Amino acid sequence: MDTRVDRYSLVTSLENIVGKDAVFTRAADLLVYEYDGSVDGAVETAMPAAVALPTTAQQVADIVLLARRANLPVVARGAGTGLSGGAVPQQGGIIIGLTRMNRILEIDRDDRTALVEPGVINLELSEATIPHRFFFAPDPSSQKACTIGGNVAENSGGPHCLKYGVTSNHILGLEVVLPDGRIVWTGGRAAGISGYDLTGAMVGSEGMLGIVTKALVRLTPMPEATLVLLAPFADIDSASHATTRIISAGIVPAALEMMDNLTIQAVEPAYHAGYPMDAGAVLLIEIDGIADDVRGTGEEIATICAEAGATEVRSATSQAERDLLWKGRKMALGAMGRLAPNYYLHDTVVPRSKLPATLRRVDEISRDFDLPIANVFHAGDGNLHPLMLFDRRIAGSTERVLEASKEIITYCVEVGGALSGEHGIGTEKSGYMTMVYTADDLAAMAGLKNSFDPAGMFNPDKIFPKGYMCGEVRALRMQAMAQKLGIHAL
Amino acid sequence: MAVAADTDANLLRLGGFSGKDIPEDDLLRACVHCGMCLPACPTYRLTGQEMSSPRGRLWLMRAVADDRLDLLDPLFDEQMYQCLNCRACEAVCPSGVHYGPLVEASRAQLEQHRPRSLSDRVVRRIGLDWLFADSWRLRWIVNLLRLSQRSGLTVLARKMGILKALGMADLEALTPAISRRALVPGNERWDADLSISPPRRARLFNGCVMGTVFANTNRAAARVMARNGSDVDVPVAQLCCGALHVHAGMMEEARVLARTNIDAFASSGDDPIVVTAAGCGAALKEYGYILKDDPAYAESARTFSARIRDFTEYLGERDLVPPTRTIRRQVTYQEPCHLVHAQRISRQPRDLMNAISGLELIEMKESSLCCGSAGIYNIVRPDMANELGDRKALHAMETTASEVITANPGCQMQVGASLRRNGSTAKVRHIADLLDEAYGGAKTKRSVIGNSAQHATR
Ligand SMILES: Cc1cc2nc3c(=O)[nH]c(=O)nc-3n(C[C@H](O)[C@H](O)[C@H](O)COP(=O)(O)OP(=O)(O)OC[C@H]3O[C@@H](n4cnc5c(N)ncnc54)[C@H](O)[C@@H]3O)c2cc1C
Ligand code: SF4
Ligand code: SF4
Repeated sequence: MDTRVDRYSLVTSLENIVGKDAVFTRAADLLVYEYDGSVDGAVETAMPAAVALPTTAQQVADIVLLARRANLPVVARGAGTGLSGGAVPQQGGIIIGLTRMNRILEIDRDDRTALVEPGVINLELSEATIPHRFFFAPDPSSQKACTIGGNVAENSGGPHCLKYGVTSNHILGLEVVLPDGRIVWTGGRAAGISGYDLTGAMVGSEGMLGIVTKALVRLTPMPEATLVLLAPFADIDSASHATTRIISAGIVPAALEMMDNLTIQAVEPAYHAGYPMDAGAVLLIEIDGIADDVRGTGEEIATICAEAGATEVRSATSQAERDLLWKGRKMALGAMGRLAPNYYLHDTVVPRSKLPATLRRVDEISRDFDLPIANVFHAGDGNLHPLMLFDRRIAGSTERVLEASKEIITYCVEVGGALSGEHGIGTEKSGYMTMVYTADDLAAMAGLKNSFDPAGMFNPDKIFPKGYMCGEVRALRMQAMAQKLGIHAL
Repeated sequence: MAVAADTDANLLRLGGFSGKDIPEDDLLRACVHCGMCLPACPTYRLTGQEMSSPRGRLWLMRAVADDRLDLLDPLFDEQMYQCLNCRACEAVCPSGVHYGPLVEASRAQLEQHRPRSLSDRVVRRIGLDWLFADSWRLRWIVNLLRLSQRSGLTVLARKMGILKALGMADLEALTPAISRRALVPGNERWDADLSISPPRRARLFNGCVMGTVFANTNRAAARVMARNGSDVDVPVAQLCCGALHVHAGMMEEARVLARTNIDAFASSGDDPIVVTAAGCGAALKEYGYILKDDPAYAESARTFSARIRDFTEYLGERDLVPPTRTIRRQVTYQEPCHLVHAQRISRQPRDLMNAISGLELIEMKESSLCCGSAGIYNIVRPDMANELGDRKALHAMETTASEVITANPGCQMQVGASLRRNGSTAKVRHIADLLDEAYGGAKTKRSVIGNSAQHATR
């Protein structure tokens, strides 16, 4: 810490900015800011030096300026449901919690937009806009709890992103506080972007480029009709074939989700969603749009499923029935707690055509490592969520899980996949970045980071593999150059 | 940057949990800190701070268990008691974390190990031990309260600012209109309407507050059950359920009451035990848990708990005899935490209201968010409770309903006081009173009064 700002003056300065009841510096208080939603063992916990809960963009900017003077890192935090350790302050510093900036400032029906503060909860935005016949399309399973700021930072997705696209497709503009304390706007109401797409750069930047203090989001009109189909299959293979056939028939369902038998075992007894307990896998398919189209597409999908071996195809049209079918899916992750004390998952993405082979490989890995793996995922866009179930109190189990996940990731990357569909990289997957990106690719990313945050003050230790940031960027560039020239020694 | 441990010597004074009622490790570790419970928690909603969230509180418990935080750290104490024990977190937790027993055990730990001031101890002894351990004492005090209400004593006292000076202004605002005659166990019984067969038998759990302050509501509930084909009586020797004790971490005192109640109902076979206070019902359903380590009572506590039915749950088990009167009125429903979250009963009360012709049920926003009553929380922590009460009152007023229906005495008092504070004239009523009205009320169904007003066991 800079000698000009000692601990005492840090506390009083923070209190001057946000008020006494919005600053926490006692160790006991800081304990509860050492984690996020990510899994024990996969992400190290770490305590901040202080937590501040601002209510305005100006306060955020003032905290950032103070942190600059004190030479302290700054980590933005929403609801802390992130799964890759994004909000865990690996180098301590100040956590800026945005939970008290939680107002919906404006809903514009003509422009179909909403202006919100970053701490607004995803589902509550939709609940506020549904009376106007609009909703906010990105629907992560955590939507009851996670914030719009966190969604922006992680570029979150959800079941309905198959048709509607992930968060980046729904953000029109952002007010952000930059590492130098300036408050700027990116993007705006009108379609089209003049100059660089800074909104695009901010979405998915995991709190490393700027802190979102307002978001102008796109609202999607509610579809006229919605139909949910449940199709049980005898095994995962036939369910994945059905998936591939639906998509290659040119159909774009609103959502296409798969759950395997282990997942059904966890979810069904808890939520009674109506999934057959003996099915090898079920597909949950939602179609929406104009009533006639929905009916037609529903029949088409039912036929494809039956041909692929579905034992039946059940359809739900009423809101209550649909909610029930979805509830099981949305609660699946948490319900794993009923099967084993701990779970760990990845969210790799593979090309859809590689889905059956990948799932077979996951099954092999499950047997090789003697590790139950439940699969519940966005089948429609090939976004896997293999959930490894374990008990970390058993010595060596965490290591085994980490080994197994490495195998899964390696396979997915080999078949042309990506590390993460929606959960972000954080510290959890930063070590894998070199598997998918060359040193050149990473240097280009580091260049962007550098131009916003040369001191590496915002959310350090995330995304980039250890040793790739700050002073080492230059070395990285040289390494890239050396690679190009075929020189290995450096 | 090093962790900020420099100013916090208290982190070093560690001893973990010890003695009786240790929060169970397996229950504690079922929490995977996913955060899905955060928005359901009233104290988190008001503060936006992690330590006031279920996940934060569970993490603090875990820190104490792991010797990373002192049991007597002021934050731990503050958070264990700032929690309303409303169990909303439990109802939404996908991992099935049993939050209630964990916070109760943590409080029991604090009770055992925390040095308390003498005055604090005396108040708790008199308040929770002496008063509730004997139903005569309570009836006597409530009677005194009623007389003071009627004689205008309280009005006078309020005018002179006495209550305020005593720090009891909030308490006074909460006091409801008190039933004239307490319901004394063993003294009254209701016989099933003959037109309905086969008859069922229900044993009413009287409860300390319900049986005195709200005795007429208990009578209303009994009449409704009798009209629906049940013989209803109120077994003698039963006492307070002990919920307030459990919430305050006074587990041993709660166990004494539990054993007495189990014995009181032992002679009535496996007849359902019907409860009109959601808070009592939740506590009675947990006797099996709090006595699980008592070899003499573990088994009977489990069977006792299995017999417990909330009033609305009991009626929901059979087709309802259609209420005879039309009530043209708009009502809204406030869900008691210990009904919707702790007992997961939410459909039945609504079904019952929808069965009354003419009645229009208008749902309010956040109907399942705690109103701030939470046992004696509104008395010991009026600030947070008032904020929640105001929020509830505003949501209720938005519906423009003339009555707020609920199913728990604490909610009834808290919501009533909050509505008045916010200038509303809407009435707050127990669902049993509403149903009783729809069946014709007290005039058309009398109880049998006498020393042995008890039905035999089938
Ligand atoms: C049970 C469960 C299910 C989940 N399901 C899904 C799913 O289906 N799809 C999906 O995509 N994700 C899912 N997630 C992951 C997580 O919910 C999302 O990543 C979510 O967007 C995180 O939001 P948050 O508010 O909790 O952010 P946090 O966890 O608090 O933070 C996440 C990251 O965002 C940054 N950040 C937060 N707020 C801001 C801000 N205002 N400005 C700048 N940076 C900020 C943080 O620094 C951090 O890097 C799930 C998580 C859980 C626990
Ligand atoms: S209590 Fe349940 S919902 Fe809350 S953080 Fe723990 S596991 Fe998640
Ligand atoms: S019981 Fe209620 S107040 Fe306590 S943590 Fe759970 S939701 Fe919050």
